[in-house]
Amino acid sequence: MLVTVASGKGGTGKTTIVTNLALALAKKMPVQVLDCDVEEPNAHLFLHPVFQEEEEVTLPVPEVDNTKCNGCGKCSEVCAFHALAVAGGKVMTFPEMCHGCGGCAFACPQGAITEKPYRIGVVARGQAGRIDFAHGRIDVGVPLAPPVIRAVKRLARKEGLTLIDAPPGTSCPVVAAVKDSDFCLLVTEPTPFGLNDLKLAVGMVRELGIPFAVVINRSTLGDLRVERYCRQERIPVLLKIPFDKRYAATYARGKCLVEEYPDWVPAFVGLWQEIERLVSQRARAAGN
Amino acid sequence: MKVAITAQGKDPAAAMDPRFGRCQYFVIADTEKSTFEAVANDNLAAGGGAGVATAQALVNRGVEVVLTGNVGPNALRVLQGAGVKVYSTTAPTVQAALQQWQAGGATPLSQATVGSHFGMGRGGNRW
Repeated sequence: MLVTVASGKGGTGKTTIVTNLALALAKKMPVQVLDCDVEEPNAHLFLHPVFQEEEEVTLPVPEVDNTKCNGCGKCSEVCAFHALAVAGGKVMTFPEMCHGCGGCAFACPQGAITEKPYRIGVVARGQAGRIDFAHGRIDVGVPLAPPVIRAVKRLARKEGLTLIDAPPGTSCPVVAAVKDSDFCLLVTEPTPFGLNDLKLAVGMVRELGIPFAVVINRSTLGDLRVERYCRQERIPVLLKIPFDKRYAATYARGKCLVEEYPDWVPAFVGLWQEIERLVSQRARAAGN
Repeated sequence: MKVAITAQGKDPAAAMDPRFGRCQYFVIADTEKSTFEAVANDNLAAGGGAGVATAQALVNRGVEVVLTGNVGPNALRVLQGAGVKVYSTTAPTVQAALQQWQAGGATPLSQATVGSHFGMGRGGNRW
């Protein structure tokens, strides 16, 4: 099963949920963690995997054969991302703007454009105890995260539980991470920002048609508006983690809650059981 | 010769727009005919690549000189590739920029004055 942990607002505790859920379940079942927050992956700081292999992620960008090019400019006309320009009868390419669609090569009447791989990041995989681990790292200055995210997600296994740590927000990289999941957990906090961004995230997962529920982190801070909103919208709140300075200290040491406070293990196992229940409920409803 | 000036309005009295790729208008002066033509910049709100697209549009119109405030690396590459000469000026209006350039007072640019995305507003427009 593919479960993505997302949030509208950043810093609400996506990684905390992913890493603790993974550690709490790893003894019982095969668990895989895919950190898809490729602009700043951090799950490895808590799970401490040993990385075994690293693979480059590339995008197919145009290469122009100047002996065939007649400077007609069709390639630059079709490019929605302005990755090609024709100046002085010659084509210039801007690979950092290219989305790798191949439209230019398709449109070129001279057959002068071929595609060559352009590195945009890496996917690293390894093992954290019993947990299968992988994350993506986009190269500095590269604006295009979704292809790196999709490369990480291609490693998702069929059996057991695959947990995806999504980037924050609701933009293209988040959609790339959440898409095709069986379930999405939205982590929020009971603050005005938390609520505002939760609403945006709820709109996104509803649009994608993915069943979801909410986890409220630092639940004893702030106000009750997040809970009221969830009640009104009939969104299940599956877990609340109170604010506790000791938990913050655990996090700051690069440790997980379930390691230092094993009393939390049943809460995360319960979270997983609730997810399973909601997913099978949904499957039954779809079958009718 | 066609000279394009980045502008906030449509006539020679309009204020200059210091941005290149995301300027509001171009006032294109034809120095032989002493005529002015205003062109709205379609790339003002482009998601990305505004500099390249804007430079391409000017190249396609046969512009040979550009007078602006700042220009980024990609736009400059396209303009230079087409042999367009680019000058930086702080003149207040289109007319004043043109006069300054004609008097030899505009600064020729051989490298970008700002990084990519400058004209998008984040940290931009700080003079």
